[in-house]
Amino acid sequence: MRHQIKSDDARAPEMAEAIEKCVHCGFCLAACPTYKLLGEEMDSPRGRIYLMKGVLEERIEAEEAQPFIDRCLGCMACVPACPSGVAYGDLLVSYRTLQEQSRHRPLVDGVARRLIIETLPYPQRFRLAMKGGKIGRMLQPFLPEAFASMLNMLPDKLPPPAPLPPMLPAHGERRGAVALLSGCVQQALAPQINQAAAEVLSANGLDVHIPAGQTCCGSILLHIGAEAEARQIARRNFPLLPDDIDAIITTAAGCGSGIKDYPLLFKGQTDLHTASAFSGKVMDFSAYLAQLGLRAPKGFAVERAVAYQDACHLLHAQGLQNEPRDLLNQVPNLRLVDIPDAGMCCGSAGTYNLDQPAIAEALGKQKVNAILAAGPDTVVSGNIGCITQLRKHLDLQRKNLPVLHIAELLRAAYQD
Amino acid sequence: MNRSFFEALQKIYPDNRLLTRDVELLPYESDALTAFQTKPGAVALPVSEDEIIDTVRLCHRMKVPFVARGSGTSLSGGSLPIADGLMIGLNRLNHIKKIDPEQRIAVVEPGVVNLHITEAVRQYGLYYAPDPSSQSVCTIGGNIAFNSGGAHCLKYGMTSNHVLGMKVVLADGTVTQFGSESIEGVGIGPDLVGLFVGSEGLFGIALEITLRLMPAPQLYRTVMAAYDNLGRAGDTVSMVVASGLLPGAMEIMDRLAIKAAEASVGAGYPLDAEALLIVELEGEALQVEAEFAELRGVIEESGAFEIHEANSEDERARIWKGRKGAFSAVGRLSPDYIVQDGVVPRSRLGEALVKIGEFKAKYQLDVANVFHAGDGNLHPLILYNGREPGALEKAEALAGEILAMCVDLGGSITGEHGIGMEKREYLPTMFSPVELEIMQDLRRAIDPEEIANRGKMFPGGEAPALQMHGMHPLERQGVISRE
Repeated sequence: MRHQIKSDDARAPEMAEAIEKCVHCGFCLAACPTYKLLGEEMDSPRGRIYLMKGVLEERIEAEEAQPFIDRCLGCMACVPACPSGVAYGDLLVSYRTLQEQSRHRPLVDGVARRLIIETLPYPQRFRLAMKGGKIGRMLQPFLPEAFASMLNMLPDKLPPPAPLPPMLPAHGERRGAVALLSGCVQQALAPQINQAAAEVLSANGLDVHIPAGQTCCGSILLHIGAEAEARQIARRNFPLLPDDIDAIITTAAGCGSGIKDYPLLFKGQTDLHTASAFSGKVMDFSAYLAQLGLRAPKGFAVERAVAYQDACHLLHAQGLQNEPRDLLNQVPNLRLVDIPDAGMCCGSAGTYNLDQPAIAEALGKQKVNAILAAGPDTVVSGNIGCITQLRKHLDLQRKNLPVLHIAELLRAAYQD
Repeated sequence: MNRSFFEALQKIYPDNRLLTRDVELLPYESDALTAFQTKPGAVALPVSEDEIIDTVRLCHRMKVPFVARGSGTSLSGGSLPIADGLMIGLNRLNHIKKIDPEQRIAVVEPGVVNLHITEAVRQYGLYYAPDPSSQSVCTIGGNIAFNSGGAHCLKYGMTSNHVLGMKVVLADGTVTQFGSESIEGVGIGPDLVGLFVGSEGLFGIALEITLRLMPAPQLYRTVMAAYDNLGRAGDTVSMVVASGLLPGAMEIMDRLAIKAAEASVGAGYPLDAEALLIVELEGEALQVEAEFAELRGVIEESGAFEIHEANSEDERARIWKGRKGAFSAVGRLSPDYIVQDGVVPRSRLGEALVKIGEFKAKYQLDVANVFHAGDGNLHPLILYNGREPGALEKAEALAGEILAMCVDLGGSITGEHGIGMEKREYLPTMFSPVELEIMQDLRRAIDPEEIANRGKMFPGGEAPALQMHGMHPLERQGVISRE
């Protein structure tokens, strides 16, 4: 599309390029969860691109367009669906960052957002906030909606902290060395995931380094347009990770795809080179294992019907469709069942649950219904956000299906 | 927008289904032809047939023009809004109301996405044959308005061959049924279904459409042949047809189109080829196998430097995904391009390709070519840089030459995208004044106020038909008379 973008923001060229590539063909509509749900052009990728273009061209007010941009899940399903190769992710992140600088938020939203920025990336603080959350929940009837939805997200209780060892040596013949990212909120919510991942990697002949003192990779902050904060926190990990490793492994989909965006996030920064090198080494757990070649697991004594739920930030953002399925298919006595409309977001989407509870709710329900239709006895995913969302919606339907991270299932497959 | 009209609309639609704010209207100002932009007065999003009927009747009564829109994928500007008019978004009427596998029919609402029909009837071994490249997103309502085709229309015909009947609301608010549920039922009298299909929204809105389903082919065999010369690929198409074979689809892409599509999907297209021919046979397994041997023979004789057969359903799907996304993929090569749609008789395809090559040189512009070669439907994509002064005009002039060539060679100015906004001025190059006047008379008989998709198809200004009231030019010359 032709455009007359007037913005002199540093990111304007990237935004202009993405907009220019969009030919308005509408192929993205079929992939977009919010368009499917809401049925309005403004809530489609094409419509959002057009609105962002309108704001940058100063045809409409940013504030007017913002609710529609806010409703974007950032699931990136439109990216592989786009024949003309619009870098929608770059556009969205750049645009959100630009708008955040000038955005006027209602006080309550602002405080809620600040809370997210200040707690989610820090497992220790998150633990503290959880305790505060319990008190908050008693006060819930008196709190504004923005807080109420945050409190609803919190689990009833956190598992006890489970510190990981600084290094888990390779089991059997050594095939290499990796580092495991573990600074995420996931570590507070579900420490068993990284524990399982470390054990599976080790069982596959890898030395697993897990340096202490890691922080969040910043992806969740990037996702909500808090770019400076994202950079600041991401930097703390750079010196912690050893050089002589083959890859940096993440077990969270959003972290993997967010770190892939470091070259954009650090553009124009003095440590761009360090950030890019770090980014280049990061691989998702399942992608790395699939590339390395899985050591034959024992499998299960009794057949398990497993539904693999694609995390958007693995499937759409990183193109990982076959890799996790290949791993699961190598487990004896494991039968994969297909979830209909597998590429559809479950509504978790980072902080989306907090920002857009109604849409998140509808998508969660829809996803769980699709899963139940496939008739599995176990659900597996590669992302804590999806796992939390699926658990919540399965509980709502009183279904007692286990929802595991793929690392947990693989660990079980080695143990059985 | 007229206030009393607006108040009446508010009685039909709750607030959240009547879009009126600038920010809500802006994304509706273009369809897939972004060269035209018009912001509508309002967008209504009906969820029932009754709401559509009430809306059309209101528009008729108050003489407010309206445009119906599905997914907004028209490449000819067919669903471009009318300034201060009403846009009726039909995408929420997306229910398949009935599937009858015995009779092989489906009854659908206009906002149903083309591909969803095939997905819904696959379990019965059936499918809906017309496959426009945008089938994953375009809706049946739009397919009807523009008589959409697609790669596989070579064997099975266009949309009009697959619509058995429909309930419509005409532009004057009349609700009626055309056709019926049986193929035989429409043998008597004029083909009113046929009249409505391809009328580009000028007659009204289809509310409920009965579509014919076909048994899904038992087997597909898809072959790609690479050529170092575009003309040779074109000649091969004639050789295949001369051999007596009728493939499901025969498509050609040239070097630029191959490059764009390959970058988009990685289908394994030969990047060193000047032309790629894709031929697909489909149908009953034994017959397809026998015919494929014959096809293989023809292609081996055709001078292709590389022949590759799809080895799996996955590979076949990628070959088609690349082809079907080729227009949009060209967005990777150039910020601006005109998608052209013309037809030449298949036997003159080679000639047409040579001419397009000459135009390219004359205008110093790149042209990427994608053809439904089997039925002579050309899709030259004219690449230009809109920031260069005069570039658009040059590209439009080239596009005009291609269309004139199509008519000269005995073809048509549109194969499947329709006239819409884009080709209004070219309509008289294909139809005589008498034919145009008959079309106008028909239109005015159904839509005296000319409110349905006003400004589309016929040449001229906002309500072009008005300019053609009075005596026909030939009447004035005394050549014809109404006595």
